[in-house]
Amino acid sequence: MSTREEAGHVVVIGAGQAGHQTAASLREYGHSGRITLIGDEGVLPYERPPLSKAYLKGEADESRLWLRPETFYERHAIERVTGTALAVDRAARTVRLDDGTVHRYGHLVLATGARPRALPVPGSGLRGVRTLRTLADAETLKKDLAGAAHVVVVGAGFIGLEFAAAAHDLGHEATVVEALGRPLARVASAPTAEHFTRLHERHGNELLFGQGIARFHGDSDGADDGDGAGEGRVAAVELTDGRRLPADLVLVGVGVTPCTELAEAAGLRVAGGIVTDSRLLTSDPHISAVGDCAAFPHARSGRHLRLESVQNAVDHGRLVADRLTGTTRTYDDLPWFWSTQFTTTLQIAGLGHDHDTQVVLGGDPGNSGAFSVLLFRGDDLLAVESVNRPADHMAARRILGSGIPLTRREASAAGFTLKGHLKEHLGARSGRPVPVTV
Amino acid sequence: MPKITYVAADRAEQTLDLPLGTTVMRGALTNDVDGIVGQCGGYAQCGTCHVFVDPDSLDKPGEMEPDEDDMLDFTACPREPNSRLSCQLEVTEALDGLIVHLPERQT
Repeated sequence: MSTREEAGHVVVIGAGQAGHQTAASLREYGHSGRITLIGDEGVLPYERPPLSKAYLKGEADESRLWLRPETFYERHAIERVTGTALAVDRAARTVRLDDGTVHRYGHLVLATGARPRALPVPGSGLRGVRTLRTLADAETLKKDLAGAAHVVVVGAGFIGLEFAAAAHDLGHEATVVEALGRPLARVASAPTAEHFTRLHERHGNELLFGQGIARFHGDSDGADDGDGAGEGRVAAVELTDGRRLPADLVLVGVGVTPCTELAEAAGLRVAGGIVTDSRLLTSDPHISAVGDCAAFPHARSGRHLRLESVQNAVDHGRLVADRLTGTTRTYDDLPWFWSTQFTTTLQIAGLGHDHDTQVVLGGDPGNSGAFSVLLFRGDDLLAVESVNRPADHMAARRILGSGIPLTRREASAAGFTLKGHLKEHLGARSGRPVPVTV
Repeated sequence: MPKITYVAADRAEQTLDLPLGTTVMRGALTNDVDGIVGQCGGYAQCGTCHVFVDPDSLDKPGEMEPDEDDMLDFTACPREPNSRLSCQLEVTEALDGLIVHLPERQT
């Protein structure tokens, strides 16, 4: 193969949402060179969000998860390769896979994702102590759930709460154990968290806060067995206060660790993720990183940040595809997230971690079924969390995404709506007919 | 199986026999029809599966829920009176013969 052809060969490691998007957008934007998409799961790229929701409940089968059918990859000449990348040789610009094959790249995209964190306590290797990330994980959990009597969820983040909601819908009462004082501590404000606490309690799920896990007990490790780390199936969860919860299925959802080993071994800069610049280039100009594994500079705060979301994966993929087809831009897309539990949908626009004040629109988050929480730092709107208010969410995305100013005072005024505010500003700005109908 | 016809922005047409219970969005993705993105996976969260229902088949889909109505105000191509989110159009016998037109862009 000629050097020129090699120069145009984009190799993507990781066939999740970000890897798929990079490959698909490359073709959409006119890349004519080779594209190789390497994944280690041996299935078509799929959506992960339904794994903790519809798929788990049997409402969606496997075929419903594929991002695109097989013919899509054939039609767009995206070569799908199943294998695990073992090493990147940056000097030779090659990737070596576990089957011994070597792929030469012009540009390499690392879309290696993240893996669930394990709980470093005795017994975490017992059967029935599970994590949820992949389709294979979800399949196992689906089977486990069918025969489970006592479901314990460790961690009240999105995965933990979504799993607890699905378990409830399948006829289980789940107990959720959270080390911090409230659910969704890493991702949502206190009023929103309060809403989800009550939502789960109303459905009969128990939530225990401020409780760590001391160990997992197996069904064969006896009452006074020393390590409890042996074989067998989980039978109980021991909390840090000594309490024991019976459990034959435990879902551990305590966050993820980015898969950075390959990057590290290749000598790329890694710090809480594969470090990139604002164009998502790593410390090697021939290597980009996208999605869950990438620690990229956040335009607003200047700090490096790593996000785990569909939006982040998709927008990263598009940006890298844009750059590789000649349009270089700086990444500053607005982060957004969603979670569905029972029939309640939470949508978040922006990142509200640093907020110091909030304004609530709609009902009282504790008791109402629909509200939005606007999170401010000083007079800057940082994020909007909407529960069952999709119009607020979409308006918030436009407002935050295009930097339309909104003060706390304006948001607190009687009759204020996000959509109304957006409409006012779009009208004022363009002087043209407003593309938002109310 | 109900027949659904997708008309691309460049007027290219594709007619699919879709199984009951799927959605017009999922049907397009599964059968490799371009022009529908479906970024959120079909939960009326992203507005990237926007379609225009052909004037001749306006009576086929049912009424829309408020969520879909709200989301349609934020599609990449502005909504029209016949706009729908195809993820919310469940394939039923009533949908047989539905013709949808795809917008020029979804994002």
